[in-house]
Amino acid sequence: MAEITLEGVTKRYPDGAVAVRDVSLAIADGEFLILVGPSGCGKSTTLNMIAGLEDITEGTLRIGGQVVNDKAPKDRDIAMVFQSYALYPHMTVRQNMGFALRLAHVDKAVIKEKVEEAARVLDLTGHLDRKPANLSGGQRQRVAMGRAIVREPKAFLMDEPLSNLDAKLRVQMRTQIARLQRRLGTTTVYVTHDQTEAMTLGDRVVVMRGGIVQQTGSPQELYDRPRNLFVAGFIGSPAMNFLPAAVEEDRLRTPLGDLPLDDRLRAALARRDAPREVIAGFRPEHFEDAALVDPERGGATVTVTVDVRESLGSDVFVHFALEGGAAAAEQLAELAADSGLADTGAGGPEIVARLSARTRAREGERLRLWLDTAQAHVFDPATGDNLTLPGHPRDTAAG
Amino acid sequence: MSTSPAQRRRIARWSVVNTAVVLYALFPVWWIVALSFKDPATLSDGSFVPRRWTLENYRGIFATSEFTRALVNSIGIALISTVVAVTLGTMAAYAVARLRFPGKRLLIGTSLLIAMFPPISLVSPLFDIERFLGLFDTWAGLIIPYMTFSLPLAIYTLSAFFREIPWDLEKAAKVDGATPAQAFRLVIAPLAAPGVFTTAILVFIFCWNDFLFAISLTSTTAARTVPAAIAFFTGSSQFQQPTGSIAAAAVVITVPIVVFVLLFQRRIVAGLTSGAVKG
Ligand SMILES: Nc1ncnc2c1ncn2[C@@H]1O[C@H](COP(=O)(O)OP(=O)(O)O)[C@@H](O)[C@H]1O
Ligand SMILES: [Mg+2]
Repeated sequence: MAEITLEGVTKRYPDGAVAVRDVSLAIADGEFLILVGPSGCGKSTTLNMIAGLEDITEGTLRIGGQVVNDKAPKDRDIAMVFQSYALYPHMTVRQNMGFALRLAHVDKAVIKEKVEEAARVLDLTGHLDRKPANLSGGQRQRVAMGRAIVREPKAFLMDEPLSNLDAKLRVQMRTQIARLQRRLGTTTVYVTHDQTEAMTLGDRVVVMRGGIVQQTGSPQELYDRPRNLFVAGFIGSPAMNFLPAAVEEDRLRTPLGDLPLDDRLRAALARRDAPREVIAGFRPEHFEDAALVDPERGGATVTVTVDVRESLGSDVFVHFALEGGAAAAEQLAELAADSGLADTGAGGPEIVARLSARTRAREGERLRLWLDTAQAHVFDPATGDNLTLPGHPRDTAAG
Repeated sequence: MSTSPAQRRRIARWSVVNTAVVLYALFPVWWIVALSFKDPATLSDGSFVPRRWTLENYRGIFATSEFTRALVNSIGIALISTVVAVTLGTMAAYAVARLRFPGKRLLIGTSLLIAMFPPISLVSPLFDIERFLGLFDTWAGLIIPYMTFSLPLAIYTLSAFFREIPWDLEKAAKVDGATPAQAFRLVIAPLAAPGVFTTAILVFIFCWNDFLFAISLTSTTAARTVPAAIAFFTGSSQFQQPTGSIAAAAVVITVPIVVFVLLFQRRIVAGLTSGAVKG
């Protein structure tokens, strides 16, 4: 067990592409850290550098206090679980799981004992003498996990270990991995492109984009206080709603209607360099059916026409489209491209609101919606920065 | 399971086609086998089956050292060439499949070029070079050109096999604590084995069958291989063609190839990599 520290780690591939840029992270002993981001953002590259499978172009990597930049993977004492599982096809499950111990010249009897113990934990006892080809996807995944845990390494590195499983199995294994990690208390770096996995699994989540760390924090912190448009749009499902907004006197003019500014927003927008055209962000749960809200409560009320109503039992999702242009920013375009939702173009912004199950909202009918402006975020369209955060980067830069 | 008339017709049709192809392919082989068992009197009677079976031809070729010595040369030269070519080919193919290095395209291009070169155009220069270097009429004098011409083939077949092996397996082995050599020996090599066998058989057959180099670069029984030696067969009298002996010798050098292929067919076909990654 050990802490892992990255200091200004950069990866430039021989073809000149910079896959990871100046990443600094301190992963505590026993921590479960998640690296999340869209495909191609440099997650695997970061993990491979920690494992020693890729050279580090610049920066320092420490494992357990020791600089390991120039150490071969075998001298780093870390275990890795691959997306493809990478089981040795010519070896049985037993041989697969014991391979690392065999290379380390561990006594045969000890190997047998450890492999059988791991197999018991992972429910693989009956399959020890089978070859990977004869196992189901879930079993292969568990063998890959087993191969990592028998070694009792300093750290586990997992590169999208569940993305080849079907949805149900994935949720099951997710819980199992979390439980296993807590029990073993081994430092773990877990890579995923699935924000749900990131939110449910980790102690701390690192959001990456284009090789650059966007924000590091607990899942709740990322959700409540996203530092920029990218994090705000990436974390949360359904995603945060974004609207173009113009700051006018004491109000915010949006396609939803004019929203009054409260003290918090006013303070955020009063900064010297704050732009007049911004992007406002509202999470789906910050809407409510106005009929169900105490009229004394602050916030704003708007009227919309419901397009689609989705009842989940506990909540109701209401979708509606607005007139006017959609919010435009580089980071939002990137998110749309990643989720495969190519810009719908001509249509105005689409909004999703999450309402109480008691709502009377019906498709095609007008609905009065209450909006909790105290929870709203305001972003700078040029930089993507969240202007509503107290620890705004430009504040600290100025101070 | 009962077969419908349509199915039966289809089976019948395929049986006819298969039989025709097999007959076409095996006819010359059978002809040689039949010849090798005929006695000199009935040699040219044109019959498919020998009227009087005899082992005389076989006894004849094994009676003198001319053929046995050639057989030893053939086996030795082909085996050594195969081992060297496959060993070098394995390393080269691994590099070609796995690494990006400057000059990779050049290497592939050159090896292609060598494979395309008509050997006949190289025979005279080789003859002179080998005379000069003292390699003429030695085992090495044949092994070197065999290696040269079979390496491109070996590199091609093997790099296709290596490309099939997921790179993640090697990474997994490294993280599991293997040195690069251990990763190759314990993980990659076992998975590449079918490819290595296939390549070895192809290279062996290439060396075993060669006539051009064997006849041009040898002058005595010191290094003359069977295909070349057969050309020097003489009949028992000067008026007699050595047809029977040639047929017998041809059968003797064909048998090992057939045995080889039958023996390793399963290994060649078996895809060992299945199950490495999610299917
Ligand atoms: N061997 C390589 N050579 C050049 N570029 C690479 C190589 N491997 C990955 N990249 C590039 O680096 C970026 C990050 O890749 P990767 O770390 O695999 O992303 P992720 O795992 O987040 O999907 C991508 O743009 C990818 O094209
Ligand atoms: Mg990846």
